[in-house]
Amino acid sequence: MLKFLFTVIRRDVLLAARRRGDWLTAQFFFVMVVSMFPLGVGPEPGMLRTIGPGVVWVAALLASLLSLERLFADDYRDGTLEQMLLSPYPTTLLTLGKAIAHWIINGIPLLLIAPLLGVQFNLPAEALWILVLSLAIGTPILSLLGSIGAALTLGLRGGGALVTLLIMPLYVPALIFGAGAVEGVLSGTGSEAHLSLLGAFLMMSLLLAPWVSAMALKVSVE
Amino acid sequence: MLTANELACERGERLLFKNLGFELGHGEALLVRGGNGHGKTSLLRILCGLSVPAAGVVRWRGDSISRAHEQYGREMAYIGHANGIKDDLTPIENLRIAAALDGRVLDDATATAALEQVGLSRCVDLPARVLSFGQRRRVALAGLMTAGALLWILDEPLTGLDANGVAMVEQLIRNHVVAGGLAIMTTHQPLALNGLTPKILSVGD
Repeated sequence: MLKFLFTVIRRDVLLAARRRGDWLTAQFFFVMVVSMFPLGVGPEPGMLRTIGPGVVWVAALLASLLSLERLFADDYRDGTLEQMLLSPYPTTLLTLGKAIAHWIINGIPLLLIAPLLGVQFNLPAEALWILVLSLAIGTPILSLLGSIGAALTLGLRGGGALVTLLIMPLYVPALIFGAGAVEGVLSGTGSEAHLSLLGAFLMMSLLLAPWVSAMALKVSVE
Repeated sequence: MLTANELACERGERLLFKNLGFELGHGEALLVRGGNGHGKTSLLRILCGLSVPAAGVVRWRGDSISRAHEQYGREMAYIGHANGIKDDLTPIENLRIAAALDGRVLDDATATAALEQVGLSRCVDLPARVLSFGQRRRVALAGLMTAGALLWILDEPLTGLDANGVAMVEQLIRNHVVAGGLAIMTTHQPLALNGLTPKILSVGD
């Protein structure tokens, strides 16, 4: 069973490595959106420091949505999704594997770029560290919840816009606690409470999302 | 082995077929006939477990296929309209990943032999993107050969194949059935199974 999970993850990472253009689009989008804010808002350090955590987090949400549309759609189109559904293993493992792969491909690069972008917003070192930590706990949530939206809208016309409408409200807690953790450091109230709640939210999505996503996938493919 | 009882299928508000049933045992083939839009593909998707019938049940070795999901997944192979081939991978990678997802280990020699047998020995290292439609169909057929499944469910296996390819598929199905396997297929082309007469099931008349 675990082998199946690893195969799904390895397969998606291999496919992403073969299509680097698609992969880079989401990363560049993240960098560009975040970089536009200091230019647009103006170079006032206090102001930038206030909006910084929120901007980085919102950009991370949008970047993950950009790549989520295609999480199942490509496999659906060429018939490989059907073949994977017919494999002898539970569909929940398939959706979990796809979400983990999405995080490895799209989430981990965000973690690596985020501190560099945080410097643009005049964030101190401690806040940068918490920003990365909050993204490390938060981006898997985005991939997991996103897989539900991607499975629900599979095969629909205009599915991309619908994913955004469906999933954005579910992202709200992650956004609040994620950006809140960094703001906590800046205002001196600490970030533990926010990070713990974010961690709890991650556990909950890890438990529920693959299962809901598997149900949605079966309905969509039928 | 495989039994279907009183199957019915609805698409939207329309009833495509109802009270469909058959029984298939070792060394038997079933040819599903019917015009366009009569529900052949829908029937095959129900039989492989991708769709749920509006009524009726499909059983494999006595258990309904949703209950026997794991065993059925191991013993059944399906080729649908889409080939299930990743364009960015080479044929050999496609076969290996498909095998790994089914929980099988496929060594390079077996995969290469299967690809040679379907006439793709020159394309082993090319990404599937550059292959023609018929060649991709052949990759899917090579996957079928290496899957070692007992039951084959083939939706229009002859589409896009040249005369050699058609003969090859006929030979493939014949060998499989003669060796005790089960095969269910649809096709609009004449199928010469060389002495083997498949059962016929008409859909939607």
